[in-house]
Amino acid sequence: MEASISTAVAAGHSGAAAPPPPGKHGAAVEGSATWRLGDRIGLAICWGLGLLFCAIAVAVALYLFVQGITYLKPAMLTTPAASGFSQSESGGFSDALIGTLMVATLGIVLALPVGIAIAVWLVEYGRPAALARVAESTIEAIAGIPSIVLALFGTVIFSSSALAFLSRSNEGVVFGKSFFAAGAMLSLVALPLIVASVREGLNSIPRHVREASYAVGKTKAATTRRILLPACRPQVATGAVLGLGRIIGDTAIIVVLLGATQNFGPVEGAPFPLDYLRGVGTTLTNFVYEASPTGNLNQPQKAYAAAFVLLIMILILNAIVDLIHRRSRKVGTWSS
Amino acid sequence: MEDQYSPEYGPSWPDRRVERLLGALVVFVVGLLLALIAVVIVRAWPSFAHNGPAWFGPGGSVEDQLNAISLSAATGSHYIYTFHAWPLIWSTILITGGAVLLALFAALFVSVFIVEFAPGWLANVLQPVVRFLASVPSVIYGLIGVVVLVPFIGNHLVSEEQKASVAGVISLTGYSLLAAVTVLTVMIAPLMVSIFSDGLRAVKPGWLEGSLALGVNRWRTVWKIGVRSARPAIVAGTVLALARAIGEAVMLAMISGSVAFAPNPADGLIFIYEPSRPLAPTIVKNIDQLSSPPFNATLFSIAAVLLFAAATASLAGHLARRAMRKYGAA
Repeated sequence: MEASISTAVAAGHSGAAAPPPPGKHGAAVEGSATWRLGDRIGLAICWGLGLLFCAIAVAVALYLFVQGITYLKPAMLTTPAASGFSQSESGGFSDALIGTLMVATLGIVLALPVGIAIAVWLVEYGRPAALARVAESTIEAIAGIPSIVLALFGTVIFSSSALAFLSRSNEGVVFGKSFFAAGAMLSLVALPLIVASVREGLNSIPRHVREASYAVGKTKAATTRRILLPACRPQVATGAVLGLGRIIGDTAIIVVLLGATQNFGPVEGAPFPLDYLRGVGTTLTNFVYEASPTGNLNQPQKAYAAAFVLLIMILILNAIVDLIHRRSRKVGTWSS
Repeated sequence: MEDQYSPEYGPSWPDRRVERLLGALVVFVVGLLLALIAVVIVRAWPSFAHNGPAWFGPGGSVEDQLNAISLSAATGSHYIYTFHAWPLIWSTILITGGAVLLALFAALFVSVFIVEFAPGWLANVLQPVVRFLASVPSVIYGLIGVVVLVPFIGNHLVSEEQKASVAGVISLTGYSLLAAVTVLTVMIAPLMVSIFSDGLRAVKPGWLEGSLALGVNRWRTVWKIGVRSARPAIVAGTVLALARAIGEAVMLAMISGSVAFAPNPADGLIFIYEPSRPLAPTIVKNIDQLSSPPFNATLFSIAAVLLFAAATASLAGHLARRAMRKYGAA
């Protein structure tokens, strides 16, 4: 009996190599019937909390789905917010929806190249070692900075006169709030996730792959660009999608750096995309915040609808991460 | 110093140039962090310099002080900086402390459950569930808190006698410590679970097998060997969750009550129904005052405290992890 227990558990533990996947033990697992009472109570707590997690997730998702489907009208997605007294007069949240997409694009366009570059430098170069240590702690620190602090920092940077071209300015006073400002600060939110994911990918490529490339006369830079980065495309994509999720979900930076309006406020006189990017605006998170009963708009039905749209976006991003994982697992890992 | 290849024959991106370019980018990001720290401290300095250690102490009503600060900028004659943030700090400690402790408890059990005890189908359900809960934006949690949890607490959990007993001091409407801690726990526990369960999976199987071979049952093996050797991961997850909780602004601004009031546990269990407002939501709620110089300094001083708290947490986590490295896993 004892022997069968250990082998069953060992099979579960020895990881992906063994036929049964981790977490799944064979049929001959020791039951809890022989345990002391305290241990059995502990196991019961495990079950209770595990089921509670599922219940909370189902409750959150179901609640938002029901409310979202009840209140979301297709017209809301295409009409901008308007001033009105009742919820039927005040339009939809198309500006917020487009704003979310704009902010996400800006943030990821900034964060992705920088994140990949930092990860490549950390893994492939990393000299001097002191700088590498500092850089590593920096990335960790950026991950720990509250986004509201990043937002306040952004107000200082983007209201400096040197960066006046990134937002609205009036008689020398720089407004400092724009899509550029919010996107730039949000890219810092996404940066640590991208760096971590790409680093993991680069680290998982065995040395001999690099050596083979050097042996045929490729430089380190060419190896990185042609061999290593293509090989860790799944991790790059994962990092980007995780970063997107954080960017879309952030509210504090938007509230502070995007002007807390309900509509686009393009800067007059600038050429087309720039006038909007330099102007203020709103996103879905900001809209939910403002439309919630504690916000300035107090239109809970629209808050539900916007939250529902936001949740759908997050779910799609989650599904993409899943898909990438499954794909990359199918392709297989490096053999050494 | 020039590249050894001539441009016609050599690679178009010689190694040394690439290394320098990437290095410069890294230095830029490091510089950005240093600039952030410097800017926050410099901007915050007038407030700290004026108040001294009393900044962290109690005294007077925070709301009155904030009003006075904003009025002093409007009149323009001379700025007032007096600010005693204790109610905000105390609220931060209660809410983040409560949420982190609850989440730590829940996350430990759930991650042990996922890694060891859950039947395969349930573990396969729990993993996406945890990922989903971790990725829901905080403002959505805030919305659900405001429209579901807060009215529930206000209408069903708080009795009329309790409301009457504190009527002169504060009104109990459901915006409360309880609501804030509950929602914050739901927000940060999934983060912890995903890091904890990675740590538990990384425990060397031989160690667990050794314990099982000695006749220790699976439950005790997991807690005595698995959880103990995964302690670095547990510290890492807790610190990350703590930083997230300290910095959470918008969700708490929605449900914590937005009154700078310091609930006193000595008053009995009623304190969990009392509203309060932590540091980070105070910034969000007063963000429209950012353009007035004394208020700007006050908001930045709050940001400096948040930054310092987050940095201290991650430094402590770093040291703790280093001290535990001898235990092996993670």
